[in-house]
Amino acid sequence: VNHDQALALLEDVLTEIVPDADFAGIGPDRSVREALELDSLDFLNLVERLSERAGCRIDEDDYPRLETLAGGAALLVERT
Amino acid sequence: MAEFRMPALGADMTEGTLSEWLLQPGDRVSRGDIVAVVETAKAAIEVECFDSGVVERLLVEPGTTVPVGEPLAVIATSVPEAAPVVSPLVRHLAAESGVDLATVHGTGPGGRITRADVMAEPSSGPPAAEATGVVEPAGVVEQAAPRGSSATAPASATTPPSVTAASSATTPPSVTAPSSATTPPSAGPATGAAGRRVRATPLARRLAAEAGVDLATLTGTGAKGAVRAADIRSVLDVRPVPSPVRPHPAPVQATHPAPVAASERQQAMRRATGDLMARSKREIPHYYLSTTVDLAAATRWLRELNLRLPVAERLVPAALLLKAAALAAREVPQLNGFWTASGFTPAPAVHLGVAVSLRGGGLVAPAIHDAADLPVPELMARLRDLVARARGGRLRGSETADPTITVTSLGDQGVEAVFGVIHPPQVALVGLGRVVERPWAAGGMLGVRPVVTATLSADHRASDGATGARYLAALDRLLQRPEEL
Repeated sequence: VNHDQALALLEDVLTEIVPDADFAGIGPDRSVREALELDSLDFLNLVERLSERAGCRIDEDDYPRLETLAGGAALLVERT
Repeated sequence: MAEFRMPALGADMTEGTLSEWLLQPGDRVSRGDIVAVVETAKAAIEVECFDSGVVERLLVEPGTTVPVGEPLAVIATSVPEAAPVVSPLVRHLAAESGVDLATVHGTGPGGRITRADVMAEPSSGPPAAEATGVVEPAGVVEQAAPRGSSATAPASATTPPSVTAASSATTPPSVTAPSSATTPPSAGPATGAAGRRVRATPLARRLAAEAGVDLATLTGTGAKGAVRAADIRSVLDVRPVPSPVRPHPAPVQATHPAPVAASERQQAMRRATGDLMARSKREIPHYYLSTTVDLAAATRWLRELNLRLPVAERLVPAALLLKAAALAAREVPQLNGFWTASGFTPAPAVHLGVAVSLRGGGLVAPAIHDAADLPVPELMARLRDLVARARGGRLRGSETADPTITVTSLGDQGVEAVFGVIHPPQVALVGLGRVVERPWAAGGMLGVRPVVTATLSADHRASDGATGARYLAALDRLLQRPEEL
């Protein structure tokens, strides 16, 4: 997948978890975890759904990269 | 014959709206079956039945708000002498006072044994004078403040007048005959501008009253033109209803009520939480303790475990912390239980309340039953399920009714420590902050370790600081051996 597709997937999955998520207000480098008030269970849901939909493994070491939209999209591009 | 009543689904509940029946007259039910969905100020809750038998008739229509203790259905029980209906709190009290419930004559509605009945027994402690003055239905008494009926006043004082009106309406108000008694005074438009009487469902009437919508200005889409809740919501435009461009026929709507408007839910939730917390701070002499726990061992253990696990089975630190909190509560039983009129009643098991913040605001603290006995992976699965249902789906009545100690964890929101407010009638609340890396001295060496600040808010009537200190010490010790949790 390219960067735009990865970003779209990331936003899709985040919207499933936080239905009223507004990405316009979240810059690419701001912490989504903080902006969307994701707790550790939400974050685990995010990882679970992303690895399922993208078909790639995401380990705990990768979690910091999922903090931001830009980092998460880059991770997905790399892994798929 | 048994009556299925509006249960007290948590200490902060005074009334509930029956939103859905999951059974019909003639159905056979068993104790523990989920028979109805009840909407409280905080959540839609699946309510279990306390009797086995055949449903004889339903007394309350979906959409009706009734006080705790109000009969909702009649169940013909096959056993002639059904076991007395007793709430967990009363059962604890009876066990504590050495009272055999089989010998107690229940004076509550439907022969229900109330707290006052147990305390009137010879072997129990001194009967509390204030218990005799209680006039509310049994369910209300049981969930009321143990310090006496006067303490229940704030809850009822802040309840809208419609509650008392609804309680006197023993016959369910029908759609075609709206009773003005169930209309809150602020509602006004029981009749239209032209003096025309407006047909509306009770829920619609309530929604209209709270939103200040004149019912006469609406075109009802229900039976015989009755205004339904959906009609109110469509003009409120608070929360866009997903798809129903065409309104459902009334019977369908009755069994699948739309979610209550967001603003109304938020206000009600704010009030319910506020009432309970105000009562806690008014009645409970809190004391607070805090300690910092080294999580190096726990973090390492989790990390190694998670490397081997698929995402769906991975554990979060919260699962370990909750397990340790539950085990510590079992070690220090003085903190696990309820404060009742006769003093502290320890609970036989640890039902760990977990404070869950809801999106859009609000808080619920349902219980993970027997948390101290669950293996950590099972506890993790239950936690995920509980949080998902609290936020999106439905909680069960048994989960909301009986936590014995509660844990609040604000770590995910970035704070290092939280000193919580106890949820009465519980006597302790454990606060867990964020796991942070800090310089840490151990064995004469300075290093960087992940640590968490664990706090305890406890009821000074039930325990002293030394007891609370033992709890936090146990929590710390347990977390140093994660593999044994």
